[in-house]
Amino acid sequence: MANAKEIKTVLFGPVFANNPIALQVLGICSALAVTTKMDKALVMCIALTLVTAFSNFFISLIRNHIPSSVRIIVQMTIIASLVIVVDQLLKAFAYDVAKELSVFVGLIITNCIVMGRAEAFAMKSAPGISFLDGIGNGLGYSVVLMTVAFIRELGGSGTVFGIEIMPLVKDGGWYQPMGILLMPPSAFIIIAGFIWVLRTFRTEQVEKA
Amino acid sequence: MSSNNDSISKTLIVVISLCLVCAIIVSTAAVQLRPQQNANKQLDSQKNVLAVTGLLSGSDIDALYNKHIEERYVDLDTGELVEKPKDYDYRKAMKDPATSTRLPAEEDIASIKTRANVAPVYFAYNDGVASGELSAIVLPIHGYGLWSTMHAFLALSPDGTTIKGVNYYEQGETAGLGGEVQNPKWTAQFDGKKLLDQSGQPAIKVVKPGNAAADSAFEVDGLSGATLTSNGVQYTFDFWAGAEGFGPFLAKVRNGALNNG
Repeated sequence: MANAKEIKTVLFGPVFANNPIALQVLGICSALAVTTKMDKALVMCIALTLVTAFSNFFISLIRNHIPSSVRIIVQMTIIASLVIVVDQLLKAFAYDVAKELSVFVGLIITNCIVMGRAEAFAMKSAPGISFLDGIGNGLGYSVVLMTVAFIRELGGSGTVFGIEIMPLVKDGGWYQPMGILLMPPSAFIIIAGFIWVLRTFRTEQVEKA
Repeated sequence: MSSNNDSISKTLIVVISLCLVCAIIVSTAAVQLRPQQNANKQLDSQKNVLAVTGLLSGSDIDALYNKHIEERYVDLDTGELVEKPKDYDYRKAMKDPATSTRLPAEEDIASIKTRANVAPVYFAYNDGVASGELSAIVLPIHGYGLWSTMHAFLALSPDGTTIKGVNYYEQGETAGLGGEVQNPKWTAQFDGKKLLDQSGQPAIKVVKPGNAAADSAFEVDGLSGATLTSNGVQYTFDFWAGAEGFGPFLAKVRNGALNNG
């Protein structure tokens, strides 16, 4: 089993040092789609973190038996099964959120982070550390998603987690919401801004021209 | 990875056993959770019916629903109340060719393609079903907006014309723009408007935002930044208040069909 330092790198490295969205630019599709409201984004983050962690765990568990010719299909089968289970659980126990997320939970299957970690990490690491790697990358994804969702919800609707912060003009308040923040392209701009800030502080992430 | 893993027999064994395990897990989850999911769906629908009639209060939705709401079924072609069809599910019935009517393009203004032959209506009684004093008729309506089919409940006074409430409870329009169709502040505009004009024709007009005349019995402001969603709402009302929708039923209501039981 890995030592404490390695665990720390695997678990927290993906948050800023090796963020799946900001550095590897993976999985940005859902970062555009589910970030208009923070509660939606939070459920999505939890769902994705769980799926990444458990898919890493199970794939790592059978990694020595997976024939390399069909390994992608094997990974997909495991990921897809987990996603369906998560979707069913959400429908049973968090019906309102599940209704809002609708198709996006299912689309975790095609999220590149899950697939990418399975292929890049779980296929050659032990189950325990793979599980942590999944959690870590889920956290990295969550940091970006929650930041984007915070900016979009606050700027676009004047609320945070549905609680009114800035009363809107149309409800008799003073804040004129920025409509563009509710449109998918705004997430691109915010993610780009996030990457810019991150790379200003961590210059080693800047790609060589 | 040993080359042994890539032999045909090993590949087949791994793939088949993996499929079996995954299939068992997925189907177990689906079957085990289904009762809970159906209960959620039913509760959600009951909650929406209660919300549109303004009867929603407290958390015991099931008891509240049973006390105040009576479910009836209407044959949309004749407008007559009918017995509940066996194993009836409105969402299934509207798609099943045996229980629905395909709408010709010129009649399908709400872009819903097929319409169930029998639709549920909900009679709401403020003082409980036992009192027999009808306070609202709730009709399920739906139509296509910009991205999605928008489902709503429309509550009418027993006169069959005056709108008591509109509640869009399921839609996938752009959040913050078309999605505002769900905002109670927007749907509150419909309260007190007339669904039909003197001659019984659909009369609700969704106009450009800010242009609705304050004293008009028919005009409501559209959603700003969401013209196509607003149009979808317009078409939904036109369709369901018209001859292909609840028109025949509402005509009977206006003629007092509900007064004799």
